Amino acid sequence: MTALLEVQDLRVTIGSTAAVRGTSLAVDKGETHCLVGESGCGKSISALSIMGLLPKGSVRETRALRFAGEEIGGHGEREMEHLRGNRMAMIFQEPMTSLNPAYTVGSQMTEVLRRHRPVTRAAAVDRAAELLARVGITAPGLRLGQFPHQLSGGLRQRVMIAMALMCDPELLIADEPTTALDVTVQAQILRLLAELQKDLGLGILLITHDLGIVARVADRVSVMYAGEVVESAPTAELFAAPEHPYTRGLLTCVPVPGKVKRDEPLGSIPGVVPRMQPGFTGCAFRDRCPEVTAACSGSFPRRTIGNDHQFLCTLEPGWVGSAAA
Amino acid sequence: MLRFFLRRFVVAVLVALTVLTFAFLLTRLSGDLAISIAGPNASQADIDTIRQVYGLNRPLWVQFFDWLGRAVQGDFGESYFFRDRVSKLIGERIPITMSLGLTGLAIALVVGLPLGILAAVREGSWVDRAVSLVALIGQAMPSFWLGLILMIVFGLKLGWLPISGTGSWEHYVMPGVVLAFSAIPSLTRLTRSGMIEVLASDYIRTARAKGLTRFSILVKHGFRNAAIPVVSITAVQLGFMLGGSVVIETVFALHGVGFLAWESISKNDFPVVQAVVLVLALLYIGLTLLADLLNAVLDPRLRT
Repeated sequence: MTALLEVQDLRVTIGSTAAVRGTSLAVDKGETHCLVGESGCGKSISALSIMGLLPKGSVRETRALRFAGEEIGGHGEREMEHLRGNRMAMIFQEPMTSLNPAYTVGSQMTEVLRRHRPVTRAAAVDRAAELLARVGITAPGLRLGQFPHQLSGGLRQRVMIAMALMCDPELLIADEPTTALDVTVQAQILRLLAELQKDLGLGILLITHDLGIVARVADRVSVMYAGEVVESAPTAELFAAPEHPYTRGLLTCVPVPGKVKRDEPLGSIPGVVPRMQPGFTGCAFRDRCPEVTAACSGSFPRRTIGNDHQFLCTLEPGWVGSAAA
Repeated sequence: MLRFFLRRFVVAVLVALTVLTFAFLLTRLSGDLAISIAGPNASQADIDTIRQVYGLNRPLWVQFFDWLGRAVQGDFGESYFFRDRVSKLIGERIPITMSLGLTGLAIALVVGLPLGILAAVREGSWVDRAVSLVALIGQAMPSFWLGLILMIVFGLKLGWLPISGTGSWEHYVMPGVVLAFSAIPSLTRLTRSGMIEVLASDYIRTARAKGLTRFSILVKHGFRNAAIPVVSITAVQLGFMLGGSVVIETVFALHGVGFLAWESISKNDFPVVQAVVLVLALLYIGLTLLADLLNAVLDPRLRT
């Protein structure tokens, strides 16, 4: 079976910064693939580059960028317009500012359907109302006539999700969709995404830095660091047996009730994500890594455990850290 | 929406009243009107007679309320110099000034807005710099000079357009272009900066993510939001064009309101001066009110 989305060796350069350095990932139909990592490690840029929405002055290169079996890496703006909002949709981190303040919810929702499908205005309005109800908004008829500033953040993100679903897309890219929302709303939105996925068979690429979310919704996780995927595995396996020192570091930063003792300090990774120059070799994490060796400065291959757990490190699978020993 | 309109309307009326008072007081501050009307060779008796006839011997507040009462009814008295009703004088000239102002505005909008959008879309490129340069030249060029150059080139050398008078629409082309030149720089710059800001916003990214056409992204989602400050400045510009076209009206011998104001000021024809100031101020206030309403139409957040 071909993956719904397949990205091989994605590289994005913005000015003199290598923002994404050889990311590969795949999303299957009906699968939720989570992309995790600290801020500034290239998650959003990867997502935007898949959609063809990179900011001006950025350069994208890929070995392959396939959507539903079709290579879209060479698509021009015109061809991408027909995919975006139609077969692949995206929702963003900022629900407060992602809707146009000048138009009603209804007008913004119907616009995308009428752009991609030959439907009447009335049919588009019906579809919008149906989807608003589907994402749990009461009185959809009233909401359609309202402007974004009349809605709360949670409602706006629901509107964004409903709008993304107008054309029944195959792929939904969600860039930190719940980061700006409070915890109860966050849970509702995640539940909603999970339900929609089950009902519509959506492939979801979910970007987050919240490992709690990953544990709840992901089928597969890719951990990004400084523009590349350092580890990728099915969710259960990643949490049970993380291999990359960075993944292990991230996991110690999350408090697990019952596992972490009271008053014991949480883990942390010293330092920040470096800004990468093009042409860098070796492991980008070596300056922050507790297990660093001389080999980390050279180039080394990606390791595979079982059939779908990969990580990028010089250490042997199942290594035991010097600190933990 | 209605409450918003009423509030703006009340403010506009208060501003109008203030302007009325100032228009009246300023003409009285410019010296003894009876002496200047009578002229340098008049005797004291002549001056007294003039005071009597024009009611200038009455207390100031009586004169003010008398004038105000008539002005509200559209009666601005009689011109000392033209020996005619002021309302008739202004009524004859308003259409000329309006035609000129609206022609200038139309040209300014048709040229200025697309230039601003283009510069914003191509920010930092040679197109952007070229637009900035054109705006700078437009700003720096004196309008009487541009007017004369146009007259020489298109009127005298090429013979395409009439150089003075108000007989046909062709008479308004050159003065309209000159007038537009004074408004284009600020319109272009404001459109450019507004568009740059709007195009970087999250909802433009959303519009792109929806696969909308480039035109829809730029105009429907972009310019609609960038237009709000532009509408305000356009109203102010039109006000300037209507009131401040004295130079252009003189160069092209268009006998509009600006020309009338200049004539009356030099002849101390204070009923006309008062009335012109008042009419222009009211136009200005009306335009500002219109701009507020347009903004409320454009930006739903203002309608409260």
